Amino acid sequence: MAVITIREALNQALAEEMRRDENVFLMGEEVAAYQGAYKVTKGLLQEFGEKRVIDTPIVELGFAGLGVGAAMAGLRPVVEFMTFNFSILATDQIINSAAKMLYMSGGQFNIPIVFRGPNGSAFQVSSQHSQALESWYAYFPGIKVVMPSTAADAKGLLKSAIRDDNPVIFMEQERMYGNKGEVPEDEDFTIPLGVADIKREGKDATIVARSLMVPVALKAAEELEKQDVSCEVIDPRTIRPLDIETIINSVKKTNRLVIAEESHPFCGVAAEISAEVMERAFDYLDAPVRRVTGADVPMPYAKNLENLAIPGVKQIVDAVREVAYI
Amino acid sequence: MSKQAKPSPSRAQAEDANAAGVLDREVAEEASQSQLEQEHEARKEEQKNRVEEVDRDLLLNLLYQMILIRRFEEKCAESYSLGKIGGFCHLYIGQEAVAVGAISAIEKDDYVLTSYREHGQALAKGVSADEIMAELYGKAGGCSSGKGGSMHLFDRDVNFLGGHAIVGGQIPLATGVAFAAKYRGTDRVALCFFGEAAVNQGAFHESLNLAQLWKIPCIYICENNQYGMGTALKRAMSLQDVWQKACSYEVMSEVVDGMDLLAVREAVLRAVERGRKESLPTFLEIRTYRFMGHSMSDPGNYRTRAEIEKYQERDPVKLFTASLKEQGIIDDAGVQEIESRVREEVERSVRFAEESPEPDPKELYTHVYKEQ
Amino acid sequence: MATQVVMPKLSPTMEEGQLARWLKKEGDKVSMGEPLAEIDTDKATMEMQSLGNGVLRKILIQEGESAPLGQIIAIIGEPDEDISALLAQAQSGASASSDKASSKAAPEEADAGEAPSAAQQEASGGEAPEPSSGNGAGARQDGSADGGRLVVSPIAARMAAEAGINLRSLTGSGPSGRIIKRDIEEAIKAVGAQAKEAPARSLRAVEPTTPAQQPEITGASPYRDEPMSEMRRVIARRLVTSIGPIPHFFLTTEIEMDNVAEMRASIKALDPELKISVNDIIIKVAAAALIEHPQVNASFQEKTIRYYERADIGVAVAIEDGLITPVIRSADRKSLSQIAAEVRELAERARSRRLKPEEYTGATFSISNLGMFGITEFTAVINPPEAAILAVGEMKPVPVVRNGQVVTRQIMRVTMSCDHRVIDGATGAQFLQTFKRILENPLYLIV
Ligand SMILES: Cc1ncc(C[n+]2csc(CCOP(=O)(O)OP(=O)(O)O)c2C)c(N)n1
Ligand SMILES: [Mg+2]
Repeated sequence: MAVITIREALNQALAEEMRRDENVFLMGEEVAAYQGAYKVTKGLLQEFGEKRVIDTPIVELGFAGLGVGAAMAGLRPVVEFMTFNFSILATDQIINSAAKMLYMSGGQFNIPIVFRGPNGSAFQVSSQHSQALESWYAYFPGIKVVMPSTAADAKGLLKSAIRDDNPVIFMEQERMYGNKGEVPEDEDFTIPLGVADIKREGKDATIVARSLMVPVALKAAEELEKQDVSCEVIDPRTIRPLDIETIINSVKKTNRLVIAEESHPFCGVAAEISAEVMERAFDYLDAPVRRVTGADVPMPYAKNLENLAIPGVKQIVDAVREVAYI
Repeated sequence: MSKQAKPSPSRAQAEDANAAGVLDREVAEEASQSQLEQEHEARKEEQKNRVEEVDRDLLLNLLYQMILIRRFEEKCAESYSLGKIGGFCHLYIGQEAVAVGAISAIEKDDYVLTSYREHGQALAKGVSADEIMAELYGKAGGCSSGKGGSMHLFDRDVNFLGGHAIVGGQIPLATGVAFAAKYRGTDRVALCFFGEAAVNQGAFHESLNLAQLWKIPCIYICENNQYGMGTALKRAMSLQDVWQKACSYEVMSEVVDGMDLLAVREAVLRAVERGRKESLPTFLEIRTYRFMGHSMSDPGNYRTRAEIEKYQERDPVKLFTASLKEQGIIDDAGVQEIESRVREEVERSVRFAEESPEPDPKELYTHVYKEQ
Repeated sequence: MATQVVMPKLSPTMEEGQLARWLKKEGDKVSMGEPLAEIDTDKATMEMQSLGNGVLRKILIQEGESAPLGQIIAIIGEPDEDISALLAQAQSGASASSDKASSKAAPEEADAGEAPSAAQQEASGGEAPEPSSGNGAGARQDGSADGGRLVVSPIAARMAAEAGINLRSLTGSGPSGRIIKRDIEEAIKAVGAQAKEAPARSLRAVEPTTPAQQPEITGASPYRDEPMSEMRRVIARRLVTSIGPIPHFFLTTEIEMDNVAEMRASIKALDPELKISVNDIIIKVAAAALIEHPQVNASFQEKTIRYYERADIGVAVAIEDGLITPVIRSADRKSLSQIAAEVRELAERARSRRLKPEEYTGATFSISNLGMFGITEFTAVINPPEAAILAVGEMKPVPVVRNGQVVTRQIMRVTMSCDHRVIDGATGAQFLQTFKRILENPLYLIV
């Protein structure tokens, strides 16, 4: 297995799927000539040409809708948002068109499209450029939402997302593009959507974390191991459909749950998981489910405030200690 | 009823290589290079004549502002590379004449809204250099209390209503601000700055339609620096004479040379008058060029060094200095004196920023809602 | 906005109420929570409180009249407010709500009118004496919990139920005394270690606590629900089909009461003011025996059998036109003098029909004594959901043979009616054995 960055893993997945299926094409701002604002699409213009790697103007609503239309007519677009902050302009097409097309056409038109790009906090770019939007998209039936945290997951999940016959929101994390990990070289390597991964086994408490929070949770688990608390770290990887079984089973074993996320707490994914656990594993809980989330404020610019707004190792360690009563 | 005051100078013919992607960039470039030269010559004459009509003190003040913005931005580049400024930082170098010229044409209580590339407009509108620098440093003394950073400068005292970081996002906002000015029975106008790439967004088209339909005194200033990040205008827009977009909505529009401070000022004065007297919007396509990358982290591989140098010949700061000298309004010593005052102001802003404290941690939770 | 006052539900079984007395007259100012009227229900006379602010504009039923639940009985409003629409509604459609006895039928205001009774019902523990409910259940017995509630994590509660550990006996180590998994694990270890001493435990449990130590106990007993075994379910089903909804069976035993009589005499000699009846002693002993035989201190709950943690004894009291059973909570932990005082006080109020619902519901076991009527032996009918009731007959001298000699002894016959779904013959008999043993040797009470 090769050790590569998440950026390279995504690039490989795109290239492999474009080689595999003529109908896959890539579209977005700066994806071609500029080689990608975050260099995820590096070299693709050179390999696949302008027909299949397309620079768009800054017209998020327009090209998202165009992608949905292309998908209705048989193509498999991969639409890059320079960041998911800008997908907000395209939500009408994503939510009102892509998510609902199959249903309202009585099963006639499925939309095999991937909307991908970085989501979540970046570095000191303030409120409009640093937000985690997964709970928005996960809210809507008809869309799948995927959030990888390792290079292998990024590659395997992106390939599955492109092969999926439904609209998939594929959320990367700007701060993680450079993170390295082992990735199988097999061209057929995929990871099914909707299956959680136990990133670390443990018996005293379960930490559910996704995206940026996975490495943070793993560090917290290491720290806690030194304090004799054994943590299980679960990465759902797909937010919708959510592999709640894996989480429930873990909670039944550990009796304690901490959910870490960088998004705002209100109406968030952690709130959803916590409700499910309450409904399905209430009798197994030894402590209230604890959420560790991004601050419930728009992201500030100042470095010190930004650090306070994003959960870190300490917050997770503290939360686990709280639910483990130590 | 609307018309185009000054149709686009001749640029279109050479551009049949229009739809070309970056791969045939060179072909397209050669064509536009020769055309550029012609344009430049034609403008020089016009520029000279304007100076005579303007008050001397004002001219010196405008020069001060031009130099201030230039040096301030250079300082930002330096501080950014030292890690003192974080996030994205979009510099205004090369476009100074647009902000200074346009804002010199409005009053203190007229409004300005703009994009993330807004240090220049903020300085020209009278936001203190100290507070801008402190904001870039993420300090409590910043004009947005350290919460907004480079892309979100705000100053209520001088009606500077912000840098906005979603491309096109400020256009409907400015339209609303001007709507309110009219609603409240004032004759204030709003200046709205944005890049040429923003013109592709739906928000632009929706706003212009409303502004003309409802007679809203908003002045839309498109700073056409020919690139949206790494994408040349011709690769992103089917009809590249941006001023023509306004025709769809019957909004009065003009093309203006953005390297000529006084030309910008005159065009905006006309627009302001139209706004105040007739309560009508105006669209100005102001052609300019940015000498630095899109932001501090731009690899800049989408344009040639030669192209940049070509535009640098018409560096707006140099041009304006030269024409003031030519008219005998200032001499070298005078320019030196301005430079040293500017240096002092910029240095002071850095000191202010350095000395200003970090925001108090409890500020994380303030300003989310307005306390009643 | 004017508010309709409706006949509220004031007891778990009430369907209709009689207006005993208006405490306000038309034109009086009333504010939220103020007593408005006294209502006679099937069980007691209760105060009805105002749920609105304003002036009592109109009284719609007179003292002595009855109204079904939810019927509009008065209107509260601003002094000058137009209430004609409400009046019309009340007069024509007084039946709008009265045609349905249940609270659901009442208009919004009527719902509000019933809110307190719903709360009371919960507090009275009729059906669901959850530890968290209302003012009742939360005995501050262990001091480990905030506001008297037992705070316990779900997994800890489950583990305790499975291991048969009384949560009240534990002090939680979690925040604000929450009992957590770790506490149960430790308790299980401790119980294992103590297993040999088990027999002694039961007697310790009957030790009276001194009044100073004893926290106030109100409301229904906490309990744990245990899943019913398949066999138990079949037995239950079969028995129900054989006799009525509660398959009763009866166990009778004879008890020598000489020692009890002697004890009473000594107490009287000690302090003539202390009036302790035989019945008070029976209450205390029954409670002690119940703690030792939790199978009898239980109730049938369809899918589970509910085991109560406290022995709350219902004492049947005859009143003018019926019968009511005020409850002595945690009778095993109370001293005889406390029990005597409480019984006297409750009985008195029962006779004047001033018991609150939470004072006559939620017993875990009942005693009915007809000895004073010269009845020597009878069977009583179980008061659901309790699983048993003890019918106590007259105590009287009877010749008996002891050590080959005929002697007279004070003999009392008791018959326990048992719910066979919960109690089997042997479990019932064992309970009675203990009950008899203590009564025959009341010193056990203090050993
Ligand atoms: C809606 C949206 N899409 C994409 C971006 C990323 N982005 C920031 S600036 C920019 C280029 C804008 O170019 P232009 O409008 O010409 O302004 P200039 O930077 O040249 O001043 C892009 C693509 C954004 N901020 N907002
Ligand atoms: Mg531009």
